Order: sequence, then structure tokens, then C-alpha cells
Amino acid sequence: MNIDLSRRGFMKLAGAGVATTSLGAMGFHEAEAAEAAHVRDFKLATTTETRNICTYCSVACGIILYSKGDLAAGEKAELLHIEGDADHPTNRGTLCPKGAALKSYVRAETRLTRPRYRAPGADKFQDISWDEALDKIARAVKDDRDANLIERNAEGVPVNRLTTTGFLAASATTNETAWATWKVVRSLGIVGFDNQARV
Amino acid sequence: MTNSWTDIKNTDLVVIMGGNAAEAHPCGFKWVTEAKHHRGAKLIVVDPRFNRSASVADYYAPIRPGSDIAFLMGAIRWMIANDKIQWDYVRNYTNVSYLVRDDFGWQDGMFTGYDEEKRSYDQTSWEYQIGEDGYVLTDETLTHPRCVWNLLKAHVDIYTPEFVENVCGTPKDRFLKICEMIGETSSPTKTMTSMYALGWTQHSKGSQNIRGMAMLQLLLGNIGVPGGGMNALRGHSNIQGLTDVGLMSNLLPGYLSMPRETEPDFATYMSSRGNKPLRPNQMSYWQNYGKFMVSFMKSLWGDKATAGNGWGYDWLPKLDIPQYDAMRMFEMMTKGEVNLYFCQGFNALLSFPNRGKMTEAFSKLKLMVVMDPLETETASFWENHGIHNDVDSAAIRTEVLELPTTCFAEDEGATVNSGRWLQWHWAGATPPGEAKSDVWIMAQIYQRVRRLYAEEGGKAPEPILNLAWDYEDPEEPTAAELARELNGRALETLYDAADPTKVVLEKGKQLSGFGQMRDDGTTSGACWIYTGCFTEDGNNMARRDNADPSGMGVYQNWSFSWPANRRVLYNRASCDLDGKPWDPSRVLIEWNGEKWAGADIPDIAVTANPREVGPFIMNPEGTSRLFSRKLMRDGPFPTHMEPFESPIANPLNPEMRGNPVARMFQGDVAQLGDRTEFPFVATSYRLTEHFHYWTKHNHVNAVTQPEFFVEISEELAAERGIRKGGRVRVWSARGQVWAKAVVTKRIRPLTCDGQTVHVIGIPIHWGFKGAARKGFGPNTLGPFVGDANIETPEFKAFLVNIEPASEGVA
Repeated sequence: MNIDLSRRGFMKLAGAGVATTSLGAMGFHEAEAAEAAHVRDFKLATTTETRNICTYCSVACGIILYSKGDLAAGEKAELLHIEGDADHPTNRGTLCPKGAALKSYVRAETRLTRPRYRAPGADKFQDISWDEALDKIARAVKDDRDANLIERNAEGVPVNRLTTTGFLAASATTNETAWATWKVVRSLGIVGFDNQARV
Repeated sequence: MTNSWTDIKNTDLVVIMGGNAAEAHPCGFKWVTEAKHHRGAKLIVVDPRFNRSASVADYYAPIRPGSDIAFLMGAIRWMIANDKIQWDYVRNYTNVSYLVRDDFGWQDGMFTGYDEEKRSYDQTSWEYQIGEDGYVLTDETLTHPRCVWNLLKAHVDIYTPEFVENVCGTPKDRFLKICEMIGETSSPTKTMTSMYALGWTQHSKGSQNIRGMAMLQLLLGNIGVPGGGMNALRGHSNIQGLTDVGLMSNLLPGYLSMPRETEPDFATYMSSRGNKPLRPNQMSYWQNYGKFMVSFMKSLWGDKATAGNGWGYDWLPKLDIPQYDAMRMFEMMTKGEVNLYFCQGFNALLSFPNRGKMTEAFSKLKLMVVMDPLETETASFWENHGIHNDVDSAAIRTEVLELPTTCFAEDEGATVNSGRWLQWHWAGATPPGEAKSDVWIMAQIYQRVRRLYAEEGGKAPEPILNLAWDYEDPEEPTAAELARELNGRALETLYDAADPTKVVLEKGKQLSGFGQMRDDGTTSGACWIYTGCFTEDGNNMARRDNADPSGMGVYQNWSFSWPANRRVLYNRASCDLDGKPWDPSRVLIEWNGEKWAGADIPDIAVTANPREVGPFIMNPEGTSRLFSRKLMRDGPFPTHMEPFESPIANPLNPEMRGNPVARMFQGDVAQLGDRTEFPFVATSYRLTEHFHYWTKHNHVNAVTQPEFFVEISEELAAERGIRKGGRVRVWSARGQVWAKAVVTKRIRPLTCDGQTVHVIGIPIHWGFKGAARKGFGPNTLGPFVGDANIETPEFKAFLVNIEPASEGVA
């Protein structure tokens, strides 16, 4: 019989069952019971594993997210642990001091959880709904564009140039986010458009 | 990177200069360890500090920040003088034998054509001599006085070991030892890799630093070969991808360029992008520019892009100046010329130089919109945090909207690593609270603006209304939909140009490579270099076969590498003129008599005759350029330039300040400091425990490096009466910071131009938000000037002063 048991699959089995079977087979029933009483189940045995890539530098180490709950099945997923992906050719399971603490970033106390607004001259933020925030942005973009877009230059050449609105994009987002962002930003005529590659 | 992280294991010599991989890219640095352990490779580190990479190096030499060009030109001079040149490579694969115009020259640190008023060169003379047949004139004997070889020899002649020691502060014996080690890799069977990062880019002549090493690598025959190359260790996880997709003020996706207003229509735009070969038989691959451009426009405007309207050319924004880069935008803000600014995952307040100017710029906006997973200093630039952000909130009238976004753990898509691998990832956690993805936010903004234009009309609504947005859910396009668009597809059934009965690809199918792109509107594809990433075979970026049958670290079936799944760029140059690998023990590809084949995808037409077609197919010459013609604003060869703030005058021309063609705004000139008032050289750096300004939000990382510090030598500490762990004030002509003093032996005073030069190291990771103690960063102090070609700020070399501060402060 050829069982292709992955390393993580083995860990799951080991966590759940090794203590009982091996001791039980040798007849140490009392020892078995005592052992089982204080051996906890392997914490990650019931988690969902997701392949991901470290969000920090461009070495782009493979990582595995361990979550309680399965997003793909439509469940809410709570991130419990992140570790290096042993199958990844670049990092082969290892992580640096930043990657090893990735979970603390995802679950940082200073993660933003709701839209906020700061009024002129105010000394603190106040809550605002998504709808209100997005409408406010759309209005501001359109008003600025209508007032300041340079449609044609002095020679009459169509230039569709908007210099009074600018956009800095995030180089930790995905290519797909980047492309969606590119389309929206350039269709507005925005020319002041950069990402962290400029720094 | 021309190569990949895993390819570093194939090298014989690693030179880390302009970076600190062991500190900033630890898991990539393991491949250096692998090469040292298994191949006996050596590691050289050249850096102002004896840094973490230096601590495991075979040989280390110090260098004054901002003097790298002198070091590199000195190394080239030494290679020439000692005949450490890979001649077969250099003769055939570089432009060494090409003749340059008679009126080109260099004198007193400047090239011909300088216009002081414009701070720019007239580059007319920086060009080859072209024959009547349209091809460049050459002299294979390399005796002609105007051939690149003789011009290069003359150009580097001044960079003697003594000159290098005097300018760089690098002891002569250390410089010579490094030259000897590097020189060994001129052997066809030895190779060297260059690993660099912001230590080379963040200078007013950063591009020329990198070019200097690229030239050295070409002379040694180390480009295109396994274990060789120019390897930029990029920063953020997708800084490569964002650049590839053209989120830069001067770019379209795939390194196509934004149109200028001097190019009023599509035909004019294309007329300067013909890229006719400059030597017989050359591929000059940019001849396909039109196919990539039209396919991109079809992705952008869909059916609205037609041959009749120049594929929607009028709707693209046209530039009136080379670029509206970020620093120019901030300058415009200070003048009240910008009303609305978006910061998407970009903590600009801590990232750009002269923080006081940044605060002033943001304070003049009407509305700032920040999208970020974390609280940022940028979103809270108006909050008073005592000395850490000393602003008058009531006086700042800027409205701010702070929008919570998802992070990597909660979204799906591809990021591109330094080695150009597009790696897909999946979401594994539910976003916190009301956090939303950036795609959702951008789609919402677009939909709402579009609705306003549809309802109210307004200025030039066409580009907004005509934008292709045919996603299943227009409110939130999926990552797969966007990825398929980046790849491109056949909009009509494609037939073989040679045999019109033969179907290449049926209508609606995903393209399998950019070779299928057409310039007649029958294909789409937003980013030609990505074509092949999402084909009819599926999402190739999600591939996870980690087999490496060649043992060369190629991993051909792991994810997808642009372009065309090629892992080593210019790999044709890993073989000799007949197509045989220079080193039979390290084979990537070879000519088998009929075609090119091997473990990697050949970087040349597979049937291209090896003796006819040159390896550098993107250049119209087919060769690489030791003389770069008009491609860089500050010269066709690198010439030594001092930083704008320097402890010594430029020995080539004491009148010259900084890079003579770097852009400086009027107000910033007045804010430059002088060496009499600011005698010490500051240089910024990173720590392995932190990533930029994010990880100070993590309890774990905040504990490991909790507090802002500056690093100084024991000698400087003694000179200024600073004790280990004591408080200091560091100030420049632009601002001041308070820090703990870390006094080390890692920084030693240098002797340059007969004087002692002290260097102060300033890490970047602190601010006034997050879990760590409040602190500062070098951007409070740095000058508001960037590289002359690409405007990367000069954070690695500027002037400051330092003194002990009273304990009570900060």
C-alpha cells in the first residue's frame, strides 16, 4: 500500500491519535488515560489551511494561513496561526522575524475597522458610513475634475489632463487591484499617479 | 532581478553593495548561504556600516555614502588595466566596437551639451555614428579612437585606486583586494551576482550607481548567465507588480510609455517607437510595440477602441512634462495647486523627505482620502502628538476620509517577487469589522462617478463612460476576472499569418503568449509582459510544482515568471557565439543545431541562428550598451557626482553641487545645508525586525525593536560627548529629531579628501501610531531632491549635526 501522507496530514493524525493507539496497544490502559487527560489536541488539527504569500518584502516567501472556519465554504474565518510553507522553493518553510510575526499584523489592535471622517480643524475622527464616505469622494472627484480638467492644450490637442487630483497606489496590493486602480485613476485623467517604487 | 532568488545558488561571488540582504531580505539571503556552502562562493560587502551582511562576508570594505560611482568606475579601470575582461562576450554581446559621434566628450565632471539654466543636457552628441545603410558604424579591431572601448578607457582613467581611496574613504588595499576577487569572475566559467537595493537607488544619481555595476558585469560577461545578473532586491511584496502594471506617473502597463502632448494622435505616438534594428538581422523586439499598445487599449476601452479613433488614444491623459512624480505633486500641493489626494496603502508622511514640507503640503489639500488596513501617520497628519507631530490641528482645514481595507490574509490575487514570479494567493480570514477590499472601493468610486457623469453630464465624460467594465458584478470585479484581462484574449478568431487557413486561436480564448498579440484590434491584453499568466490551461500563477529537474533553481512549473515564464533574462548570453554554454556545468539553454532549448525558456527566437542574432533582443543593436546613448539624463557613462549635501567638494569639479541635472525646486535649494554647519553624513537604513512603518503596529515586532535610535561611531561619540544609550538631538537644515544613541564599532570614521568624515545611521521604522514607542525617522531630515532620471529621494547621503540632548526630552 502506498500512502501519500503529507507532512501536515501526518501531524493531524499524530495530534489526534498517537497517544492513545501506541500506548493502548501495549496495554498501559491507566497510563493511557492519564496521558490523554493532559495531552491537548493539536491546535491546528481542525483548522482550514490557505496558501498565501508573505506581504512584506519581495522575497515573497510562501506561507500557510491556519484559520478557524472555512471562507470557501462561506463560513467566517478567524486567523489563528501563520507559518512558512515548506513546499515553497524560495523560503522552504523558513520565515524571518517579520514573517514569523505576521499574525500580529493581521490582528493588530490598530487595524481599521470602520470608515472615519475628519472635519476641517477637528482634533479627532468621527464615524461615517461607507455610503456617505463614497458619495462624498465621488462628488469631490467630479467637482474637481469638472472645474480643473484640461481638456485641450493651447494647440487644441485633446490632453485630458487632471493635475489637481493625485493618487498614490499601494505596492503591497495585488496585480489585480493594481489594474482595477489603474483603470479608474487614468480614466479620470489623473497624471499624478505613483506607487512606492518612486521611493 | 534579471535572475531569481533561487538562482543565486549558482554563483561564485556575491557582491552586496547598495543593500543589506541579510538584514532586509533574510530568507532570500539564504541562497547566498547556499552558494557559499555548496559551491564555495565568496561574499563581498561594501557598505558605510559593517552591517549584518558584512558580519557573514568573506571580505568587507567601508565606503562613504554617495561615492559608489567612483568605486565602480575604479573597478572598471582596474579590470581594463589588468585585462580581466570576458573578451568573447564583450566583443560580441556589447556595443564596445561601435563608433560614437566626434562631438561627444567629457570634461570637468560634465558631458558635452550642458545647459546650466535648464539644468539639462542637449544630448545630440551622445549618439553612435550611423552609416548610409542606417546601421551603426563599428570597428571590430577596437583601435578606432571613437569606438566605445577607447572612450570608456579614457572615461575611467581618472578613477585610480588613489582617487577611489580619497573620494570613497575605502582603504586602497581593500579596494584592490576586492578588484582582484571580482576580476576572477571574468573567466567564462566563473560568475558574480550583484545584489542591491535602496542603498543604490536613494541618491540623486541612483540610476548611474546601478548602471556602473551593470557595465562592470557586462565586461566580466556576467549578465544572462546562471548565478550572475543585476539583482534588485525590491522592497514591498508587489512593488515589482505595481511597476509592471504601470502605476507610475510616466507609465502605461508593460513598460509602455504615457503619451506626451507633443504626440497629438496615435500615428505620431507610434512614429517614434518604430525601433528599427541598428545592426543587421537583429530582433529589436520593441518593433512589436504597436501590438502591445493596441491590445492594451482594447482591454482599456473594449469595443469603443477602434482603428478609426486611434484605439481611443484621445481619451488617454497626455503629459506636458516628463512626469508628475510624487515629489512634484507635493511641491504643487504646497503652492495650493492640488485639491484632492488619495493615499492607497501608502504612508506618505513618513516616506518622503522633508517631513515639514509634507505636513505643509497635506495641510493645503481640500480632501485627503486614505485607504489602509492600519492607522497611519498620513491619515492623522493633523493630530497633535507633541514633539512627534507638532501641529496646530485647528489651523489645518483639510478634510480626511480614512477607509479600512483588507490585507493579504483577506484577499486573493497575485504579487510579483523580485525575480518576476507572479505568485497567486488565496484569502484565509474574514476582514475585520467593515473593512473592504481595494478593488471594491475603487469599483464603488468608479460606479458613483460614472453615475454622476451619466446623470449630470460634465467635462469630457467619454473616458469615464467608455472605460471597459464588463465584470459580472460591476460593484466588485473578481481577482480572476482582472487577471484574465491582464493576460488578454482573442477578440476574433486568429489565423496564422503565413497560412490563413490555420487557426491560431479561436475567438474568446485566452492568449497563451504575447507573440499572439495583433495591432489590428483582434486581441486584448492589458499588460503584454504578463501574457501567459492566465491561459486556457488555467491560472498559471497558481501552479505549485516545485520540481527542479535541472537542479539549476529554475522551478519552471512553479507560478509564472514574466516574460513568457522565463526565469533568467538575457539567457541567450549564457552561451558563446555558437550557442554552447560558457560553463558546461551550468547550463540553462543551448543551441542544439536546430533550435534553442533547455531548462529555461530561451530569451531569443527559438530558431534564431546563434551567429546572426544578438542576445539583447530588446535593444535595436542586439547588443548591450556600455555607452547608453541618450537613455539617461545624466550621461552615457556614469561620472562621479557628490550628494547635494556633501562633506567634500567634487574633486572633478569643485563648482558642481550634487547631480547637475537633478531637479530642485526653488524653496528646496534654500533648505540645503552646508558642511560647515552640518558636518556629518547621515544615511538611512532598515532593521530585520521591522518592515517600514507597519510592524510597529505588531506587538511582537514592537517588543523586539521598541525604540527609535541613531547609530554612531565610538569616535564621534567621544568627540561630541555622547554616551552609549544617551539622548541625542540630530538636526539638518530641514528639521530635528530626538533619539537614543547606539554607539558601535560598526561605523568607523572615514578619511576623505584629507578630512575625517563621520557617518550617522538612521533607521526608518518609527512614527506616532502603533504599538511601539513614538519616534521619528530620517524623512524629517532628508533633502527634497530625487534621482535625475526617476526622482527617488536622496535618503542615503545628506548632512546633519548631532549633540547630546537633555534626558527629559522625548
